[in-house]
Amino acid sequence: MNEKARCAAILKNNFQNFLFVLPAVAIFSIFYVYPFLNMIFLSFHEWIGIGPMHFIGLKNYQELMGDHLWWDSIGHAGYITLIALTFQNVLAFALALACDREIRLKRFYRVVFFIPPVLSEVVVGLIWNWILNPEMQNGQHIGLLNHYLYISGFPQLVHNWLGDPKTALTTIAIVNSWKGFGWGFIIMLAGLQTIDKQLYEAARIDGAGWWKSFIHVTIPMMLPVLSVVVILTILGCMQVFVLIIAMVNEGLVNHTDVPVTCIFSAMQNTNRFGYACAEAVIFGIILVSFSFLTKKITDRFKQV
Amino acid sequence: MRKVIWLSSIILMVLAGCTQPAKPGNKIVLWHWMTDRNDTLQQLATEYGKETGIEVSVELFAPSDSYSQKVIAAAQASILPDIYGILDKKTIVADFIQAGFVSNLTQDMEANGGEWKNQLFDKALADKRFEDGNTYGVKPGIYGVPIDVTNEQVLYNKKLLAHAGIARPPQTFDEFMDDSQKLRRVGITPFVSGWGELWLLDCFASNYAFNIMGDQKIFDTYRGKVKYTDPDWIKVFSLFAEMRDKGLFIDGIVTKGNKYAEQDFALERTAFAFNGSWCVDVYHDMNPNLDYGVIPPPPLSNASYPLKIWGSAGSVFVVNASSPNHDKAIAFLKWLTAKEQQIVLAEQTYNLPSNKEALSVVSPVLAEFAKGMEQSTHPNVWPVNENPTVVEAFDRGLQAIIIGEKTPQQVGQDVQMVKDKQTAEANS
Amino acid sequence: MIHIFLMAVTLTCLFPLLWMLRCSFMTNDTIFVDQGLIPHHLDFTNFASAWTKGNFGVYFINSVIYTVSVVTGIVLISSLAAYSFSRLNFPGKNILFYLFVAAMMIPLPGSFVALFVLMTKLHLINTRFGYILCMINAGLSMSILLLKTFFDKMPHELEDAARIDGCSRIGIWLHMALPFARPAIAVIVIFNSLNVWNEYILAFLLLGDSNLMPLQRGLVVFQGANSTDYPVLMAGLTMAAVPIIMVYLFMQKYIVKGLSSGEVIG
Repeated sequence: MNEKARCAAILKNNFQNFLFVLPAVAIFSIFYVYPFLNMIFLSFHEWIGIGPMHFIGLKNYQELMGDHLWWDSIGHAGYITLIALTFQNVLAFALALACDREIRLKRFYRVVFFIPPVLSEVVVGLIWNWILNPEMQNGQHIGLLNHYLYISGFPQLVHNWLGDPKTALTTIAIVNSWKGFGWGFIIMLAGLQTIDKQLYEAARIDGAGWWKSFIHVTIPMMLPVLSVVVILTILGCMQVFVLIIAMVNEGLVNHTDVPVTCIFSAMQNTNRFGYACAEAVIFGIILVSFSFLTKKITDRFKQV
Repeated sequence: MRKVIWLSSIILMVLAGCTQPAKPGNKIVLWHWMTDRNDTLQQLATEYGKETGIEVSVELFAPSDSYSQKVIAAAQASILPDIYGILDKKTIVADFIQAGFVSNLTQDMEANGGEWKNQLFDKALADKRFEDGNTYGVKPGIYGVPIDVTNEQVLYNKKLLAHAGIARPPQTFDEFMDDSQKLRRVGITPFVSGWGELWLLDCFASNYAFNIMGDQKIFDTYRGKVKYTDPDWIKVFSLFAEMRDKGLFIDGIVTKGNKYAEQDFALERTAFAFNGSWCVDVYHDMNPNLDYGVIPPPPLSNASYPLKIWGSAGSVFVVNASSPNHDKAIAFLKWLTAKEQQIVLAEQTYNLPSNKEALSVVSPVLAEFAKGMEQSTHPNVWPVNENPTVVEAFDRGLQAIIIGEKTPQQVGQDVQMVKDKQTAEANS
Repeated sequence: MIHIFLMAVTLTCLFPLLWMLRCSFMTNDTIFVDQGLIPHHLDFTNFASAWTKGNFGVYFINSVIYTVSVVTGIVLISSLAAYSFSRLNFPGKNILFYLFVAAMMIPLPGSFVALFVLMTKLHLINTRFGYILCMINAGLSMSILLLKTFFDKMPHELEDAARIDGCSRIGIWLHMALPFARPAIAVIVIFNSLNVWNEYILAFLLLGDSNLMPLQRGLVVFQGANSTDYPVLMAGLTMAAVPIIMVYLFMQKYIVKGLSSGEVIG
């Protein structure tokens, strides 16, 4: 008797717990799962957007494996992500640490650092195109960067930043980091705020200086937040797209291609919806594997 | 808890009340993508409504990428409007026709001894016209109504040319190269074009391809009978190498969007530009005092064939064959392409009209553009088109030559490799 | 020392805003010719033009409706789900969570057509409700991930104490979890407000009538296919950026120390 009652109670308990996620699951199933399944379905077909779909099995995937432009584009996105993980996130962390203390103008900084993320890509593209303009008119450099490099005594550094295959991607990666560090900044600031002050007190009593308490209190307590920031950075940067178009239009030959521009190009320029979906599926699998790896690594760190 | 329920119910009620009421009859819906012409189209629609009592709802969806996506999605869901445009390649248009979404307008065009058809430029009608024996399997006929025409040519800044001691705009390619060096000597950048947009680069190359080898050989290449490593194609590629070496191009030309290229020419940073006839409107906005003229790309002096510019209909509307208001839609389009309305469009939006009789009102510069319409061609009227993946490799190859990354021979080989692969895929 | 560093970064961040403002006071023919930061001649009419030509009134209200509904929806739905993933148990919990996280990683650019067809079948095309639901879906995964991370850090003793006191699960969610994760919720509000406010691709796809369109539709009017009215566009962009900056100003004070530690002790 007791067994049955207990089972029923557990079942009811589980069900009530499940109710919490029900709204999310409902919306998710309708608006995500159906288009997702449709995308996988399309990836096994040849389709130009209208008319009949031709089933071609794994041919899209076979072609994709040998498409060196696609794998190059993943490399490019990876490069941009790497710059973001290092330059952008280190900068964001440093700024978050600086603003976590009681300093003057704290609120001012908190607002200002968030301005780049708020700007639309249109504005970012326009402004940076103006700054990085390589041309001259009437003997003067039009682009702000080249202009200031010239007048501050570094004429040898004057360069066609976005037009040179060697510097184009790095330039885009830096602009991307500039636009994105505001996010890392506020998430890490939020994380820093929830660290129990008492832990710092205890460390101070134990005689630990700033560096020691940083290593032994801040980093461990921030690990989950840091890993979320890392995952979000990877996901955000690998999917970079609008910024590329705003800065280099359809791209510098193929040196500035990234996976999402390839997918859109397959859909719009060459009208190959099936191929585009195959690219999207492969891209998704790569991203999932990456996040999985990242999680495993941070879990290992946590245990230590 | 109660607060939560209360809040959620309020939101749900608000949202539920936000559905749209059903549409009334006697109304036709038009979807377009032309932000600059939205006001004029709205104005004309209102006028039409007053004259005939039929309400025309003009809806704008821009930019054109979003517009194309919406049209394709609407086709899938079978909810296309009465009048819309298909911004895609002719093969896509053919599919739309076969799916029953585009009306065959030949009868209406030919009615009364071809009254409607004869008013419009033949080149403009050719854009959505399918000939007998076409490769798309579509019943021959006219399927679209053009409301304007455009073509792409070279523009030159009279003041800057004079400054460099150039008496008249170049008539041959060699003169063009000489002018480029003269301009560089006085510190003026010679040439700009929005070649960050690949189609414009493709257009310029195509103009010279016609000049060097004539249309037969070009179409044979698309059919696979001629390779891209053929000396004539290498000649086309080499032209770009020569232009690069003579300093013709502005820095960063291959990543430049057309909007920025237009700025450069309007602000007199370059002496030449390559752009379409819509640029007249743009330059007028940015620099009304710009003193410039129009010439076709300077042809090669020793060439065996004429150079052909691209020109065709600019914006074309089709009528949804499955729409109940199909006849009313055709009537509206007929009215829109009549002389009076075309004059209004041409005057307010600085575009070349598709109605021949309205040509008299255009500005002098636009009239210079119009001169080129007779010898123009366009991919949409060719009997065969190249595979888009090959076209992309071709355009990227040109970009690589311009930035000095590849030689013409390398590009020829690369493009031919892509072509071979695509042909193999198609046959397997 | 720190201040020099902070100031340098500040300058690069403020520059675009100042540039936007400066452009919005100029006219189309002077905007590129005039190189300096301060325009020689101030033209105040651009803001009015942007408002009227861009029909900002209607679009502004629509954007506000969409942003408020979507953000409220996301906060409610994702916090409920994240709380359950973090603190409650039911079979299949982990798999479901990983599914949500995986959803963030698979881009759906090719899904627009499928989404359009789906919405049409559900008769949600060209309705506010349909668009709002789609946008809620877009922001769910990231919000759930972020909130779960924060809920995980909540100390168990407090929760146990409350449960012993007879507090229901919903009660704990409402009175403890939400306040504890206030910083995370602030981040989610900011993030999703920004996304909805700047979104236009889905809006153009799913909505037809211009009186349902958000602010981005108004801005598109100034970006012609060929010619762009830059000063008016800049004025429009500035006006469009102001509400979002205000949301941020309002929310960012919740990402502030003091409140949370207070909860833990007391």
